[in-house]
Amino acid sequence: MNKRVLLVEDEPNIIEAIRFILSRDGWRVDTHADGATAVEAVRARVPDVLVLDVMLPGKSGFDILKELRASPATETLPVLMLTAKGQSRDRELAERYGVNRFMTKPFANSEVLESVNALFAGATGPA
Amino acid sequence: MARSSLTGSRIRERRTMMGRKQADLARSVGISPSYLNLIEHNRRRIGGKLINDIARELGVEAGALTEGAETGLLTALREAAADHPSAVEDLPRLEEFVGRFPGWARLLADTWRRAAELEHSVEVLSDRMTHDPFLSASLHEVISTVTAIRSTATILAETRDIDPEWRDRFHRNMSEESARLAESAEALVRYLDEASSTDFAGSTPQEELDAWLRDRGFHFPELERALPPEPETIIRRTEDLRSASAREMAGKHLRRYRKDAEHMPLSRFLDAATAAAFDPASLSMRFGVDLAAVFRRLAALPAERVGAEIGLVACDGSGTLTFRKPIDGFPLPRYSAACPLWPLYQALSRPMAPVRAQVEMGGRTPRRFVAYAVCQPSQPAGFDGPQVLEAAMLVLPEEITGIEGSGPLQEIGTSCRICPRAGCVARREPSIMAEAV
Repeated sequence: MNKRVLLVEDEPNIIEAIRFILSRDGWRVDTHADGATAVEAVRARVPDVLVLDVMLPGKSGFDILKELRASPATETLPVLMLTAKGQSRDRELAERYGVNRFMTKPFANSEVLESVNALFAGATGPA
Repeated sequence: MARSSLTGSRIRERRTMMGRKQADLARSVGISPSYLNLIEHNRRRIGGKLINDIARELGVEAGALTEGAETGLLTALREAAADHPSAVEDLPRLEEFVGRFPGWARLLADTWRRAAELEHSVEVLSDRMTHDPFLSASLHEVISTVTAIRSTATILAETRDIDPEWRDRFHRNMSEESARLAESAEALVRYLDEASSTDFAGSTPQEELDAWLRDRGFHFPELERALPPEPETIIRRTEDLRSASAREMAGKHLRRYRKDAEHMPLSRFLDAATAAAFDPASLSMRFGVDLAAVFRRLAALPAERVGAEIGLVACDGSGTLTFRKPIDGFPLPRYSAACPLWPLYQALSRPMAPVRAQVEMGGRTPRRFVAYAVCQPSQPAGFDGPQVLEAAMLVLPEEITGIEGSGPLQEIGTSCRICPRAGCVARREPSIMAEAV
């Protein structure tokens, strides 16, 4: 079975680049660009790893994360958060809401790939 | 210690400053040196003839010795002491300190005021960086675009076996994102450079004044009345001018405004200006005032009664902008130096020789204006003192002047850094705009 990542991001060219990087590593990449309906999209089919942007139309990544952590089905879902705001209080907020990893833009492709794989390995246990 | 009880300290201070010996002063006013010594140490109260005699000998008014001029100073120092618990303990001796060391006291109060103004500037700038929604959105846009470019470029550079279809798609994405980055950067630089933003409270006194005048539409109806209030009354009523320097600058501006309004009453001036198609020379003759006064008066007219906005910019002899009233299509630089081709600077180089030019401001949608400029020298320190130059440029939308397309057109910009005009003969530095590059 394919390992599956859901990328919640509204920048089309960032989506395309991340999709390319992860696809080549064997990931099935689904995408969702609307913050307002992102929680429903995750619940409809819970991915192995969620890559979540902070600034989204409709609802912020922080609010989405908060809602996901409040639900038993997604409270332990591995989440990598991406943000253009690298301020320490954003990082603290993300950690308070239960993020697993936090990465500031612009990021290196290799870092994204390494983080997604590490989150997946952490969630499924050592091979 | 009451202020009047510090009379002795003030006498001693003044005498020492004049270099007079205690015995000499005592003899001059007919008392013994030991008695003067007691007075100077505030151990004897004096009044009547003796205080008048001492004041005369010391070359000051008697009131300056009995009352001092320290009320404002004492208030400032009390406020300063409130921030320092250790100083609060010494408050009972504050008046003695001011009386004995007025120079040091003034220095302390001025330093405290300056520190408060600087703290305010830091707060404004910090708040602007943290909470300014436009700045935040612009930076987010730039970082998102850079992220897409970096990611895509890495894929193209590091993936040897990339499918041609993917490669073409990434090349297209790179091209799109590069164009977007240029636009975002341009918007950001414009925002930081131009004075047309309306949401910035100002961090320097000049910016405070600019923001206040902008909020008031550069028009003061209360100063248009037959019996206008004192400018200080208007300034006292506003909370938008926080620094003493900004209030002082506002006072200077309003005093000149009041005088202009007196010489050029609103209704009469507006009728005359409309009839003369806003020609400053004709208005100057009609009202018997100089051109710069007419410029100021035209720029102070309410836009809704003119049917258009009239801009004004002024500079001192160094070319530094000292007054900014930007209008739509004619933005003014906030921090950087302005376009050297402005008629303002041509006028500055030729004092008392008025300049008129039809100008086209560069940008995505170039707009045409008629600019009038004049530089007037003054001798505030007397005939032998330095000559002070002030130049002003009135900016009129071409359509209200009735002289559309009647002369050669001068192409100008806001400031070199954000001016898109390629091949400009007066360019000071390269532009960051795509057209110029």
